[in-house]
Amino acid sequence: MEPSNKINFSRRSFLKTSALASGGMLIGFNLFNACKQDVKMPVDLSTLNYNDFNAFIKISPEGKVTIFAPNPEIGQGVKTSMPMLIAEELDVLWDDVYVVQAPLDTENYTRQLAGGSQSLRLAWEPLRQTGATAKQMLVNAAAAKWGVNASECKAKQGVITNANGETLGYGDVVLEAAQLEVPENVTLKKPEDFTIIGQGTANVDIDEIITGKPLFGLDYKEEGMLYASVLRPPAFGQVLDTFDASEAKAMPGVVDVITIGDKAKAYLESEKPNWTAQLSKSKKVVVLAKTTWDAFKGKKAIRATWKEESALESTEFHNEKLNEILEGSKFNTRRKDGDVKKAFAQADKVLERTYEAPFLPHNTLEPMNFFADVNDEKVRLVGPVQTPEDAAKTVAALLGRNIEDITVEMTRMGGGFGRRLYGDFVYEAAEISDKIKKPIKMVSSREDDMTTGVYRPSTKYKIAASIKNGKVTGYHLKEACINGNMYGLIPNFFPAAAIENYQVDTANYKSNITTGAWRAPYTNFLASAEQSFFDELAEELGVDRVQLHMDLLENVKNNPDPKIEYSPDRLQGVLKLVVEKANWGKTAEGTYQGLAVYYCHNTHVAEVADIEMNNGVPTVKKVTCAVDCGIVVNPLGALNQIKGGVLDGIGHAMYSDFVFDNGVPQSNNFNSYQLIRMGQTPKVDVHFVKNNIAPTGLGEPTLPPVGGAVANAIYKATGQRLTKQPYMNNLQAKKVVG
Amino acid sequence: MPTFNLKINNKTHTVNADMDTPLLWVLRDHLNLVGTKFGCGIGQCGACSVHVDGNVMRSCLIQVSQAEGMQITTIEGLSENGTHPVQEAWKAIDVPQCGYCQAGQIMTASAFLAQNPNPSESEIRNAMHGNICRCASYNSIEEAVKVAADKMS
Repeated sequence: MEPSNKINFSRRSFLKTSALASGGMLIGFNLFNACKQDVKMPVDLSTLNYNDFNAFIKISPEGKVTIFAPNPEIGQGVKTSMPMLIAEELDVLWDDVYVVQAPLDTENYTRQLAGGSQSLRLAWEPLRQTGATAKQMLVNAAAAKWGVNASECKAKQGVITNANGETLGYGDVVLEAAQLEVPENVTLKKPEDFTIIGQGTANVDIDEIITGKPLFGLDYKEEGMLYASVLRPPAFGQVLDTFDASEAKAMPGVVDVITIGDKAKAYLESEKPNWTAQLSKSKKVVVLAKTTWDAFKGKKAIRATWKEESALESTEFHNEKLNEILEGSKFNTRRKDGDVKKAFAQADKVLERTYEAPFLPHNTLEPMNFFADVNDEKVRLVGPVQTPEDAAKTVAALLGRNIEDITVEMTRMGGGFGRRLYGDFVYEAAEISDKIKKPIKMVSSREDDMTTGVYRPSTKYKIAASIKNGKVTGYHLKEACINGNMYGLIPNFFPAAAIENYQVDTANYKSNITTGAWRAPYTNFLASAEQSFFDELAEELGVDRVQLHMDLLENVKNNPDPKIEYSPDRLQGVLKLVVEKANWGKTAEGTYQGLAVYYCHNTHVAEVADIEMNNGVPTVKKVTCAVDCGIVVNPLGALNQIKGGVLDGIGHAMYSDFVFDNGVPQSNNFNSYQLIRMGQTPKVDVHFVKNNIAPTGLGEPTLPPVGGAVANAIYKATGQRLTKQPYMNNLQAKKVVG
Repeated sequence: MPTFNLKINNKTHTVNADMDTPLLWVLRDHLNLVGTKFGCGIGQCGACSVHVDGNVMRSCLIQVSQAEGMQITTIEGLSENGTHPVQEAWKAIDVPQCGYCQAGQIMTASAFLAQNPNPSESEIRNAMHGNICRCASYNSIEEAVKVAADKMS
């Protein structure tokens, strides 16, 4: 999910243009191949094929530009920001650009997905190259028409001007331009010449959203489609035993009741099931009805019994298992510098703390749903999924079909947060439609969605640091997690290379509860834990929190390590900026501040939370956020992502809990699971580090550290070090201290 | 199935549905008014908010049999072409991230401002507290309600 900083980029082999029969020019490019090495050119370039080029720009004779955006939109803003990159270098007015969500390319993908905050970072070079190449071809065509040298012509906002002041619109020369050879070297604009990049640009779907137009998967319908509601095992570890559907079948709106699951089970037991197939092996009862309500009602009328297939686990049991792991010695060592054991043995003092966090459901506000129409000729899939290519591949294997039979259309998604990386709902929809050979839409209720999820795994960290002569000499982090969490590059995040003796160990307990990526996977809780630990460490050392970080980062600069993922300079930069903007250490009486500084998803962030105590309850009043994401492509979209990440992080760190009892989730809707609401939200004050470094993503990086900033502020107010999330369930000290 | 006559967006619609069918599903599945969203089904999230006789209500909690005689407005009927001051403010601030909850937020905000065109900050926060935005676009929602209030007062 989180690739290394180094991007391999092949510039010349991903573009092809052609004239359109209907007039105008089509430029095809393979965004994903452009982002990787060793690209092979398609054999036949005479026709543009979606399998060769997964994104297109169309320029009409009227000069209108249509950009087919390849990546799924889950609210992270790529449907707006990625086309902005093309429009900038093509040099057209943004108002002349129309953006369309492209369907899936099932053949030639490398990264048609939403995840890891990577879309914009990987697209930065290729999309601008594409725009600039098209612009150069238009200029070349105009120059040829005038019989002048192309270098004497300039293009701006869709108009080409020659030295005599004559002008031609892009639309006037698109047909000629499409016949020209693709230039190999084009010059990209300097950041100071940008007119679209850096301008706050509203979401391209804004008009449809505010007027309630059909956009989302749940809004998609077709004539003759049936609604399907799926009854799944109520507990992880159970499978279907018997069921009685007679009452449901007698309901007027219910069309049929069937079972599915045989194909899913066979697929899951096959050699290499796709990673997105997070499915129960149980048979499932499916109610097919004319409306969603009829399907929901019919499902409630099914009388089913369940049998235990594997252990029914409870949260207490998980806690014991994770504690056993942390106390034991069976770990996978992910990075080891020096000798922590020795450093700890020679230390003046060792500080050791354990941090814990619960499972979390994603709770996208649009529940899981998908449309499938399976017949002998084709398999048509429509809906919200973050991994369309895996969905197509898996459905092909699941149903025993050729990949060519399968098409996937992506709708706008009512939130993703990682949940829609997993295609269980697609595979269920496909199996249902395959069984009845009719178009259906599988719709989950909120209860289905929350209780049959793919959860952020419950995790515990034990962190220890040694202090010798007032310096941090050793750092040892152990992770114990349900099913696995720590990703390969994370051990190269801060404080790697800042502390001489450093070790990161991980171990897992394998559970039957389905777990997976949740917004900012791997770090969404790790950052809170480490940022709380550093706060306590600074106190133990008797140094200011900011100074401790500045000093540790100075160590990194003095001992450069090519393996580390973060930039010590950029972390120091955000730290300095947040200290200035938050008035760190200079707050009014009754306001308590906590700080966190973190790197993840290629972006550097520092945050200061200001809290007040009201009747012994902490209220977060303000979060000051300093961000270094390089060039800010769309400031409006960037602010949305940053503020949303901060508030989402506060909500889950403070309020959200998810407990299992004998395999059964104990929360199933928003009356028993708390999401942050407006009355609990602080103002988020955002400041960007201004530079001309290539942009990095913002969908995730501001979320992980904020829990730590809040916990550190609550400590200042109450004297209690919060180590267990959700914090509000574990707040004991209600008194405000000094 | 019984027949009901519903007045929605100043038009009368006749639907056949079980009497316990929530208005939400009548709007979405029977009448194709899909701007009103399903989020929780138990009145907790506000995604399905509509106006009933000018007051904001959760359409998932109104049974179709109760809805006869009500003047119902959905997001599709809030204005011609999205020109209600609340919609315009949403656009000016660029509130949505995923956008799924925003019709419900707009319906809540527009009913609230119709009754209280000069709200204080805490009144805005109270009025909007019942609507969940999973993307947590709350700062922008709050700002947009203020912008709309300035326009409307």
